[in-house]
Amino acid sequence: MSDQTKIPPKRSFVQTLEIDMRLLGMIAAFIIVAVAFNILTGGRFLTPRNIFNLTIQTASVGIMATGMVFVIVTRHIDLSVGAILAACSALMAMTQVRWLPEFLEIGHWAIPWIAIMVGVALGALIGAFNGWLIGYQGIPAFIVTLGGFLIWRNVGWYQTAGQTIGPLDQTFMTFGGINGTLGGPLSWALGLAAIAFVLFAIFKSRHTKATHGFPVKPMWAELTIAGIAVAAIAGFIGVLTNYAVPERVVARDPSRYGCDVAEGCNAVYGLPISVLLLIGIAAVMTVIARRTRFGRYIFATGGNPDAAELSGINTRMLTVKIFALMGALCAIAAVVASARLANHSNDLGTLDELRVIAAAVIGGTALSGGIGTIYGAILGALIMQSLQSGMAMVGVDAPLQNIVVGAVLVFAVFIDIQYRKRVGAK
Amino acid sequence: MAPLVEMKNVSIAFGGVQAVDNVSISLNPGEVVGLLGHNGAGKSTLIKMLSGAYKMDSGEIWINGKKVQINSPRDARDNAIETIYQTLALADNLDAASNLFLGRELTNAMGFVDDDRMEAETRKIMARLNPNFKKLKEPVSALSGGQRQSVAIARAVYFNAKILIMDEPTAALGVHETAMVAELIQELKKQGLGIFLISHDTREMMELCDRVAVMKNGQMVGAERVEDVTEDDILSMIILGKNPKAAA
Repeated sequence: MSDQTKIPPKRSFVQTLEIDMRLLGMIAAFIIVAVAFNILTGGRFLTPRNIFNLTIQTASVGIMATGMVFVIVTRHIDLSVGAILAACSALMAMTQVRWLPEFLEIGHWAIPWIAIMVGVALGALIGAFNGWLIGYQGIPAFIVTLGGFLIWRNVGWYQTAGQTIGPLDQTFMTFGGINGTLGGPLSWALGLAAIAFVLFAIFKSRHTKATHGFPVKPMWAELTIAGIAVAAIAGFIGVLTNYAVPERVVARDPSRYGCDVAEGCNAVYGLPISVLLLIGIAAVMTVIARRTRFGRYIFATGGNPDAAELSGINTRMLTVKIFALMGALCAIAAVVASARLANHSNDLGTLDELRVIAAAVIGGTALSGGIGTIYGAILGALIMQSLQSGMAMVGVDAPLQNIVVGAVLVFAVFIDIQYRKRVGAK
Repeated sequence: MAPLVEMKNVSIAFGGVQAVDNVSISLNPGEVVGLLGHNGAGKSTLIKMLSGAYKMDSGEIWINGKKVQINSPRDARDNAIETIYQTLALADNLDAASNLFLGRELTNAMGFVDDDRMEAETRKIMARLNPNFKKLKEPVSALSGGQRQSVAIARAVYFNAKILIMDEPTAALGVHETAMVAELIQELKKQGLGIFLISHDTREMMELCDRVAVMKNGQMVGAERVEDVTEDDILSMIILGKNPKAAA
């Protein structure tokens, strides 16, 4: 056998750390973009305020991009996510603004939660229907969701008679970003909890590997990874808790920002709830992808649909589940997107399908199937959003902005394909 | 004692073409039965009805003297039937352990996939089947033909199959690896497994099998013990579709 004679090659620094090279590349790209814009804008890009805005602008597309990874990994596509988002947003807005207030008083605690449940149910239902058409009826996903792209936004239009529906419920709007933040102490508490969890996970995994007798990384490599993770979390929370709430905003509603008096209170925004939601969804989706049978079957089906079928996997039902999950995520993204704007308008999420697909693809998800990561898709969304708002801040002409984003999309996939050719992966 | 497997009067048609026409075949514990015939003779189709990839139009399958329904690959697995396909049926983007346990993942108390335990089990069985196998972390697309074959075989062997179907197991292999498969077949035979073997190589079949069954145009020409026939007899069965033993 050929591998009999092979001596283990000398491992480089990065190889010893066992970091995904692609992840490293994306982080490098993101840093380059951020630093470049920071220089071009004279230091305005990397301020707590702008980073805060970037994260809340990324949340909606990021949430949908995690679902798009599963769709694309199984060799499908979903062109209808922006339209589903609009339909769910319309239903949720109508539920909380027009229908429920007929039975419950305005501001009743149950209103936002009923609205969200109804919206998520609609999203999952539309997605499941798409999945059924694709999996059981054999209609290509491109066609089914192209139809959905035309259908669902306009179903929303009929619901609302084309009107903008608002203002949305106060609690509902806390999912939008600036209207719902955790403040300093709570943000730090969550940050510390995240750090504790990451450290626990790293050393638990090392311990399990050792008990099975597998080779483990050297201790210094483990500590380096842990150090980077801790620094990243602490840095992120540190930046967000440095964004001070303007005094006049505090003065309007001091108790909301933990102040006793309106004057002279130094409040900070901290972690937005929408970003916390994105992080939570990313964590859950990563666990699904890596640690559940459902996730394993998604990747197996993407790698070789016939093999999956012959292994006893019900690939049709799998398709229904994947699209239902995508639909539910569209509904959650709809909560974030409409809450951010404080009302539902019919053009909400227009062109989001392209942003979501681009985010997943820039994040290393291969359209040929079988390959993709959740964190990659979110980084992809972040890179896209950074480019767009960075160019807007610099004052690049609108047509040129789109030209650059389009070029970056194609270039990112080009680099990814070249990289895969070099390492010999599929 | 009832045979391990009995397929009785099995037929299947695809859009008017009678791919398998009223075929009966049996397999005993510890026996290797070879299926021979031209391309399109119906060997693979016959065997895919046993492995659950196709659903037969008519006929019966009996296992250990009991009639069973096999409608899906899962049904076949429930009856301790494992298949090694010609195309290997591996998910190229996953590592060896994920492929070995595909569809039957080991899970921990919380219901999560237990990759470490699956890797440990894979290491164990690979140490037995192919001691040179070291690439446990890499996707199977990075493996050689022989290594991929050992993953496919490990998958069949690990779950204590009673009935093993091997569709062209040596087609993609070198000399050394072919010998390894032959050795393995002998070992599994000793453990009392029944094996259906599909191949084009008549000489190899004469060496490995206890009986050979020849098919032509979807029909069974005949099944004979290898010591009762010569290679020429087999060839004439394949080409002419007539059984010289029966004629004599």
